[in-house]
Amino acid sequence: MKTLLIGEFREGKLLDSTYELFGFAGQAADEPVMFMVGSETQLPSFGGRLYLADAAACGEYNPDLHKQLILNVVQKENPDRIVFVHSSYGWDLAPRVAVALKAAQVSEVVAIQEGGFEVGCCNGKMRRIVKPSTPQTVITIQAGAFQGVQPGGTPQVTRLAAPGGGTMEFVGYEPAEEKGVDLAKAEVIVSAGRGVGKKDNVAIIAALAKALGGELGASRPVVDAEWVAHDHQVGTTGQTVSPKLYVACGISGAIQHLAGMKKSDFILAINKDKDAPIGEVADVLVVADVMQFVPALTAKLAK
Amino acid sequence: MKILVCIKQVPDLESRFKPNASNTWFDEADLAYRMNEYDEYAVEQAVQLREECGDSSDLTVLSIGPDRVVEAIKKALAMGCDRAVHIQDQAVSSRDPWQIASIISAYAREHKFDLIFTGMQSQDRGSAQVGAMLAELLGVSCATTVVGFSCKDNVVTAKRELEGGVKGVMRMKTPALVTCQLGLNIPRYPTLPNIMKAKKKEIIALPVADLLKEESLAKTTSFHPPAKKGGGLLVEGDIADQVDKVLALLKEKTAVLR
Ligand SMILES: Cc1cc2nc3c(=O)[nH]c(=O)nc-3n(C[C@H](O)[C@H](O)[C@H](O)COP(=O)(O)OP(=O)(O)OC[C@H]3O[C@@H](n4cnc5c(N)ncnc54)[C@H](O)[C@@H]3O)c2cc1C
Repeated sequence: MKTLLIGEFREGKLLDSTYELFGFAGQAADEPVMFMVGSETQLPSFGGRLYLADAAACGEYNPDLHKQLILNVVQKENPDRIVFVHSSYGWDLAPRVAVALKAAQVSEVVAIQEGGFEVGCCNGKMRRIVKPSTPQTVITIQAGAFQGVQPGGTPQVTRLAAPGGGTMEFVGYEPAEEKGVDLAKAEVIVSAGRGVGKKDNVAIIAALAKALGGELGASRPVVDAEWVAHDHQVGTTGQTVSPKLYVACGISGAIQHLAGMKKSDFILAINKDKDAPIGEVADVLVVADVMQFVPALTAKLAK
Repeated sequence: MKILVCIKQVPDLESRFKPNASNTWFDEADLAYRMNEYDEYAVEQAVQLREECGDSSDLTVLSIGPDRVVEAIKKALAMGCDRAVHIQDQAVSSRDPWQIASIISAYAREHKFDLIFTGMQSQDRGSAQVGAMLAELLGVSCATTVVGFSCKDNVVTAKRELEGGVKGVMRMKTPALVTCQLGLNIPRYPTLPNIMKAKKKEIIALPVADLLKEESLAKTTSFHPPAKKGGGLLVEGDIADQVDKVLALLKEKTAVLR
């Protein structure tokens, strides 16, 4: 099958996740062609055809315009699949392209299956197989689900002119907040999730962190609710960590959280739900109420 | 300013999910439902905008589904929406995002909303498609994954969340649609007086057949738990025993206990 891969470029750089698209195409045994809004100086290591629009002229974020450029390439190449990374760029653009083509879209694919695509659902607890019924399909792949592959070579570049227009004006980037705590350096991280129940209980998790000589981490809802400061957040929109010991207290294990901590040497999870997806990465899953187990563990450590 | 907020009712995600008879989605028996978390941020933002604009504005909440979704609708009304539209659909869980977006667009096209809020995705399906598809079908500007929002003189400034905590700021004119991300605001709890007031607000019921003209473009052929990858050790039982077991494991397997 012919596949149009949509590469990613941000703040002047080709993003590494672009290579995961080749990983997908390789597994699917597809013939890849790439499109990207990027730069001559940042070409992907790929010997096939690349349709390139200049980010300086088109803007790194201009969905109306990027959609139009993609539709033009689709018309020329007539691909069976149009594949994006499931990222803030991909999930924003893919549905626009799918509607314009009236093509089925399958989001956040984790594997290619007989007759369809496997996707996660119910916060990672379950899976679905989705089967598109349109001749053309728009797909977004889960970040990290397909191993990145650098095909090697230099692309044959077709330059695309910027057609102009777009109804949205990009104002600029805002850098990530300063990190007060560098979790990446910690040997032990004990993280509080929504399962701790309320702000007052965070102190109990922090006490375990202290007893283990580590830092306090947190899942996103705990940060959004202002129970813990943002610089403690672990995950795709927080910090990526790999301590010797990671303790997840009342954290379900959503993909965005796992992405930030699954490389830890040893993962201990405490959850009252033994089916929680955190169990997929945990070395040990303690099935208990965090508010009973954690203070008991801290007390025993103090002895 | 005419404002629409679209919400979905989802099961409590701490539930155990069993496949239904056709093995295409979960069995609904014994599940407790609530408003999709991302949509709570959407409702809160819509209500804040409604309050800023005062009585020249009007805020409608819309939900598609069987009778149970009226619970989520009532919560949105108690948070401050003016009226509700319940699109009655017993088969909502078999619809694909394209059909859901088509149903909403068939309703929204007639009513010419200046601003539409949706969640960035649902917690159960997680496709992150409906909002952007709806905008595309209506031909309005759209920002997804929004963690900052303001609207002045018909210009929306939206802060999109990108990977690694970086944000992208963009501007667009109304009519527009934004899909709301976690952390956009702190959703309010409905107060008792507002819950009472909400009881008098209008809920317009529309049969889905009046609005749905599209076939699905994709079908679910299987619903199942993920394959277990070996997995870790499960420690169950009495708290004191669990503590002893965990301490022994930490001593044996990690270098952090000295
Ligand atoms: C674009 C995007 C980016 C994101 N980035 C991040 C990120 O960087 N980091 C992040 O963490 N999330 C991120 N998220 C959110 C993520 O999808 C989840 O919503 C979040 O990680 C859930 O946090 P949680 O596990 O604390 O809460 P929940 O999912 O609500 O889980 C709570 C858990 O606690 C358990 N529990 C409840 N009570 C108890 C008790 N008394 N004892 C023991 N266990 C209990 C429950 O069984 C459940 O498993 C992002 C989402 C999106 C869409």
